[in-house]
Amino acid sequence: MAQPEPAGASAGALDPTGNGRVQRPSRIAGIGRFTGRRLLTGLGTLAFVLVFNFFLFQMLPGDPLARYKGAREISAEDLAALRQELESPLWEQFFNYIKDPLQLDSYSTIQGKPVWDVIATALPWTLILLGTSTLLATVIGIWIGIRAGWNRGSKFDKNSTGITLFLYATPEFWLGLLLILFFSTGFWIFPGIFPSGSAIGSGLDPWTVDGVISIAWHTVLPAASLAAVYLADYSLIMRASMVDELGQDYLMTARAKGLMDRAIRRGHAVPNASLPTITLIFLNIGFIIGGAITVETVFSYPGLGLLTWNAIQADDLPLLQALFLFFSVSVIVFNMIADIVIAAIDPRIRL
Amino acid sequence: MAVLDMRDVSLTYHPAEGPVPAVRHVNLSVDAGEVVGVAGESGCGKSTLISTVLRLYPKSATVDGEVLVDGENVFDMKWNRMRAVRWGEAAVVFQGALHSLNPIQRIGKQLVEPILVHEKGATEASAMKKVRELLDQVGLPTRHVNAYPHQLSGGQKQRIMIALALTCDPKVLLCDEPTTALDVMVQAQILDLLKGIARERAMGMLIISHDLSVLSSNCDRIAIMYAGQVVEQGPALDLFQNPAHPYTRALMGAFPTIGDGESRYAPTGLPGDPPFPGDLPSGCSFHPRCPMATDECRTVDVVLEPIAPGRDAACIHVNQGVGAP
Repeated sequence: MAQPEPAGASAGALDPTGNGRVQRPSRIAGIGRFTGRRLLTGLGTLAFVLVFNFFLFQMLPGDPLARYKGAREISAEDLAALRQELESPLWEQFFNYIKDPLQLDSYSTIQGKPVWDVIATALPWTLILLGTSTLLATVIGIWIGIRAGWNRGSKFDKNSTGITLFLYATPEFWLGLLLILFFSTGFWIFPGIFPSGSAIGSGLDPWTVDGVISIAWHTVLPAASLAAVYLADYSLIMRASMVDELGQDYLMTARAKGLMDRAIRRGHAVPNASLPTITLIFLNIGFIIGGAITVETVFSYPGLGLLTWNAIQADDLPLLQALFLFFSVSVIVFNMIADIVIAAIDPRIRL
Repeated sequence: MAVLDMRDVSLTYHPAEGPVPAVRHVNLSVDAGEVVGVAGESGCGKSTLISTVLRLYPKSATVDGEVLVDGENVFDMKWNRMRAVRWGEAAVVFQGALHSLNPIQRIGKQLVEPILVHEKGATEASAMKKVRELLDQVGLPTRHVNAYPHQLSGGQKQRIMIALALTCDPKVLLCDEPTTALDVMVQAQILDLLKGIARERAMGMLIISHDLSVLSSNCDRIAIMYAGQVVEQGPALDLFQNPAHPYTRALMGAFPTIGDGESRYAPTGLPGDPPFPGDLPSGCSFHPRCPMATDECRTVDVVLEPIAPGRDAACIHVNQGVGAP
């Protein structure tokens, strides 16, 4: 072998600054360190949310005890004690709050049950709705985005971009109302086959076959309206990222290597283009947990969104406080997951 | 025998504004073991010329003429055959300083990929073994198979690009500005490496550069391109010592001569810009910038004609002896 350089000439000789030195590869260790750091910043955000949540409810107008009284039996002495607590200095109240940030013993004024029990009852329904719609939106949205972006300017691209732009601009509750009109009440030639209102037929046990079928049947319309709007979001972002990647030099390299079109797309373009969409998906999940309010309200779907709406209507402050905390935590957590997933895919993030 | 033979090759892009003839009637051949350089300003069609060999130009572009890789015209190939020729017969050394490597894939995986595609019976393990040997040959430690592109310096990435081009033992190596954006010390190392590899493997090598000093010391023959045409070609040394075409001379004048202190302070540039290929001047494309231009140059189409043994130039004044060496 005619070595162009003395044998042993290596990175050091080539790169006197030494910044090209290659760390021993350890994807897991790198991600572990990254996750640790990310967890710390997540905790910091959480602390801020806890403090903010306290002052937010301090600023609300009205007398919190007025509602509290109406919801359940309460003796005059207890009421006086609560009143005294409300009138104690702010720092004292804050101290009491921060001792028990989750407010485990606080009761919902509308349901007369501990707030976390109320949330736990509604959560599974939200998770079913969210899981179904997210799955549909990501799979269909990403597929459309890849195909449209890779064949930019094609008929498929033009049609799908037109449709997704329309869906993107559509409010999901309006779409929900239309779906109810066409497929729930039935209208003109459209059969009203899907139920709306509630998440399961009355009196059915969710752990039976009939119950599961009923749940699935009830999920179709609300999940479809959520999925339609979010899939538009994902496909538009995915398409834009694909188009960005099309002109990249490494795709020219891949083409020159003699790879099939499909291998270039799947092996090189899509992994690079998917990074922004993946971030968006996880961020959205965090928000939809609290943000499906309009859809759940339109469909009277008994998830966290409807619960929030009812709590606002009835000034159920303890429940609202717990819900806000829960929503904030879900946003923080999914934000964190998004960062970690991206770091696992893109080595440049793990620096 | 020529491993790469371009015969009357033309390529025209078709943007909405109208046709752009980026390469016009180029004849160029590269023998096995020979290093041929193509020089010219940015936008003269050098990179487009390379793209014709593996048909890497956009689908909308139209081509004419023949590009024979090892005797087979690539313009006539079916896509399956074309894909086999890509990297198997002819490979490209892209600019490593650009994002020519996939940023989120390990180097090893990217180098193994063409071997698995092109070599029958290659396994992940056998391909990786070959990749390690290649890294060693280009002077990189084999542990770099586990690195990501962003962990390497520009010079290291350029070596990776060379190793990548060698993975399937091509007969033709096309080097697209292989040393641009590298510092001068690393440039010299990369060029030595390329030259060594071409000689040792008896490959035909085509180097494209805007940097004449890069080509002068490394090529057997050189072609000078202007506005999509070859305006002069000949043996490297001869061409550098006695440039015939006024454009070649202007290019030479723009580079200071090492050892000649005067030239460092008085590089003679060439006023004006190369013409836009979609809007070429009549007659000789170079006449608006040519110090020797006459009325005849504005009307007569110039073609490449022999001016001495092994030398061709496309200039009526050279042919008439006015600018002859």
